[in-house]
Amino acid sequence: MIETLAFYLFSAILVASAVMVVTSRNPVHSVLFLILAFFNAAALFILLGAEFVAMILVIVYVGAVAVLFLFVVMMLDINFRELRQGINTYLPFGIFVGVVLFIELAFLVFQNWVVPAGAGQSIAAPTPALDHASNTRALGQLIYTHYLYVFQVAGLILLVAMIGAIVLTLRHRTGVERQNIRQQVGRKRGDVLSIKSVTTGAGAPVQ
Amino acid sequence: MLESLAVFPPLVAAAIVGLFGRRSLGDRASQLITCGGVLLSAAVAIWLFITVALGHQPHTIHLAHWFGSGTLQVDWALRLDTLSVVMISVVTIVSSMVHVYSVGYMSHDRDIPRFMAYLSLFTFMMLALVTADNFVQMFFGWEGVGLASYLLIGFWYEKPSASSAAIKAFVVNRVGDFGFSLGIMAVYFIFDSVQFDPVFAAAASKVGMHFNFLGHQADALATCCLLLFVGAMGKSAQLGLHTWLPDAMEGPTPVSALIHAATMVTAGVFMLARCSPLFEQSPLALEVVTIVGALTAFVAATIGLTQFDIKRVIAYSTMSQLGYMFFAIGVSAYSAAIFHLMTHAFFKALLFLGAGSVIHALSGEQDMRKMGGLARVIPKTTGLMWVGSLALAGIGIPGVFGFAGFYSKDMILEAAYQGGGVGQFAYWLGIVAALFTAFYSWRLIIMTFYGAPRADHHTMDHAHESPPVMLLPLTVLAAGALVAGYFGYDWFVGESRAEFWGASIFVAPGHDTIEAAHHGPEWVGILPLVVGLLGIFLAYIFYIRRPSWPKAWAQSFGGIYHLVFHKYYFDELYDAIFVRPAFWLGRFFWQRGDMGTIDAFGPDGIASVTRTTAAGFSRLETGYIFHYAMAMLVGVLVIVTFYLLLGGV
Amino acid sequence: MIGIWNYLLVGALVFVIGVLGIFVNRKNVIIILMSIELILLSVSINFVAFSAYLGDLFGQVFVMFVLTVAAAESAIGLAILMVYFRNRGSIAVEDINTMKG
Repeated sequence: MIETLAFYLFSAILVASAVMVVTSRNPVHSVLFLILAFFNAAALFILLGAEFVAMILVIVYVGAVAVLFLFVVMMLDINFRELRQGINTYLPFGIFVGVVLFIELAFLVFQNWVVPAGAGQSIAAPTPALDHASNTRALGQLIYTHYLYVFQVAGLILLVAMIGAIVLTLRHRTGVERQNIRQQVGRKRGDVLSIKSVTTGAGAPVQ
Repeated sequence: MLESLAVFPPLVAAAIVGLFGRRSLGDRASQLITCGGVLLSAAVAIWLFITVALGHQPHTIHLAHWFGSGTLQVDWALRLDTLSVVMISVVTIVSSMVHVYSVGYMSHDRDIPRFMAYLSLFTFMMLALVTADNFVQMFFGWEGVGLASYLLIGFWYEKPSASSAAIKAFVVNRVGDFGFSLGIMAVYFIFDSVQFDPVFAAAASKVGMHFNFLGHQADALATCCLLLFVGAMGKSAQLGLHTWLPDAMEGPTPVSALIHAATMVTAGVFMLARCSPLFEQSPLALEVVTIVGALTAFVAATIGLTQFDIKRVIAYSTMSQLGYMFFAIGVSAYSAAIFHLMTHAFFKALLFLGAGSVIHALSGEQDMRKMGGLARVIPKTTGLMWVGSLALAGIGIPGVFGFAGFYSKDMILEAAYQGGGVGQFAYWLGIVAALFTAFYSWRLIIMTFYGAPRADHHTMDHAHESPPVMLLPLTVLAAGALVAGYFGYDWFVGESRAEFWGASIFVAPGHDTIEAAHHGPEWVGILPLVVGLLGIFLAYIFYIRRPSWPKAWAQSFGGIYHLVFHKYYFDELYDAIFVRPAFWLGRFFWQRGDMGTIDAFGPDGIASVTRTTAAGFSRLETGYIFHYAMAMLVGVLVIVTFYLLLGGV
Repeated sequence: MIGIWNYLLVGALVFVIGVLGIFVNRKNVIIILMSIELILLSVSINFVAFSAYLGDLFGQVFVMFVLTVAAAESAIGLAILMVYFRNRGSIAVEDINTMKG
């Protein structure tokens, strides 16, 4: 009963905030609603018994991705008043298309979903019972053994993304004085200093 | 085969000089090769004349098979009977004289090899025409001389008037050639063969054959002969298809002498004489020929009275004499026609080449109103022109001696007199034409050679007699003009004519006007002479005694004079009826048809459809990603719905 | 009771909202990126639901990777957006049509 209630509560808020993400006028509000949607999705995950994934969702999605969104939204200096608010001619058609899409997905869910008899035998990674391992431990045991390479590849993907983001946004400013340590350290006395003999009172030409 | 040496040397010479003359051989060698070729042909021709015509040995030499399809078999052959060897002799002798003359006349031209090659090419084509033993080879020669005529009239092609005159000649000839080819098809239709021998043998049996044309019955033989005659009209400049001949004078004078006096224009006469077995079976065709010939003779003579260009006068004189030949054929006097053809070739070529001498002497002047007083300066040319004109006018002493035209022209007129109603019509028109002929010939002589010089001092000072290379051919031709009539009379139209001609000319019984002419009234033969002398006398009066009369008469006959001076407005008429509509039609088809329809639906149309389609499609590329995303989504939905509803895989 | 189909429907609903968000918005491009996040979220819900109901832990492993990829992609996407804004000065959706044919 609690479960049912919780489910409906979280799902409702999730759907509502998803809608608000899309339709909100203020982009900052959109991001905040996105964060709310993530939280509710995490709650749903916990309901399903996947607490590790739920926490990861909160940490990564909310803590990193949504914050990144917020950074960019703030940084881009969008003038809210100038955002065009004309009548969206595509809205009716879009809603129609969305409804059709949803009906088809629902159709799939209700009509054609058959779990074959031998599905139980072909489970790739059976969930261990809770007294053997918690969700986190079970996942860890799985990832670091069977799916190690995929995990490493995921890391590489993140590396590439990081480098890519830097490369894309790097700006060389001209006229900025920078230190070149190697040049500094590698300078020899002879390059910089030269001793000239000058008779007293005669002066030396400026060179 | 010695006989082929009469026909092929000019072709070989033309090929060599035409291909190599400009670069490798040079002017002198080109002249020598071509003159040598045609002189060789002339020598062999004379030998052929002696053996075939005088020796009565007609034969046909089969050269090669050209093509065949069922009953239509066409060969290359040399048919040597009296008619063809007479023509071969005439063509080669006159052509060789013209070649030699051209060495002198065209000596300052920069394209000598091309000219000599074209002359030889023409000679070969004419020879192929006269030695044909089937209609198709004759047509080959026919077209070939038309081509050579085009090339030679337009020899100075940079001159626009020459170029247009060449095109005019070719196009008008084309009309005639169309009739001729229809005639050949008619021959094949009637006789199932195009070889002369089978056709002529079967001619008598096809009299009265009819065919259905557009609903009513027409006589087959008459139609066939009339179509062939249309071809002859075009080639021989008979009334109706004559407009090209005066303009053909744009070509160099040797061309006029060879082609438009002696040989090409006589091809029509030759063709009708060759087809005498056919024509004899169709009285209707013969009558038409007579009437057209007579009218041509008369009309051309009237126009010749008014022209001022020396070459044009001689050109109209040619047209008139051709009319004589045709109405001679019309009254079945084929041998008289060929006789006149031969004599005319000599004296007309002489007259043209003499005119060329005059033009050469006056550094290019052709307008007789600017000539005069040349007799003292170029006496030899004057004398030769006198000989030619006397031959043309048909002057002679009956029973003793006459110039060439005296015999041949008189024979034609006498035969015409015997030719029934149309013959009489032709006779009287011919008499009047003879009067005019003599008149304008002496008008030409007097205006050119006598009186006070009307050319300026500069030209008169430079006036000089032609060099021997030009005078020698003139002399040879003059000899012909003097004695050809006297010596040829017996063989051609006299007592020995049946033996001479043999089977080459056929005259149906009851049509033999020449025989009747020999027994006709005396005055019929004297009248042409009288009329000729009268013409000379009148010319003397008008141009020496009373020089103010020509202008006065022209003014008082104002309307008629203008009509005649403008050649009866034939050119203007044809321009309005044929040329302008043809251009309009061409332009219409070009702009509306070709550009408007075919291009619009074809290349241009496809291009513009492509362009509009591409422009339409490019509007799909809005640049907005969400449009693209939406399109993708809709596409996916459509496919999924499709599969769901059909329950597919 | 809550069967799997509840969760699946929720996931479908969020998915549809995310898809709509991509092309129904006219405001700015950040909404598009956030919609993509919503789509990925719905996919994650789907995976976890199946994992729970089939007793197969692999679904959750996969969700980890989905998360990874989503984070990487949003980082790059935002970087591109930033550079674009730097060059163009506007991120209104209607102004981004330089690929217009």
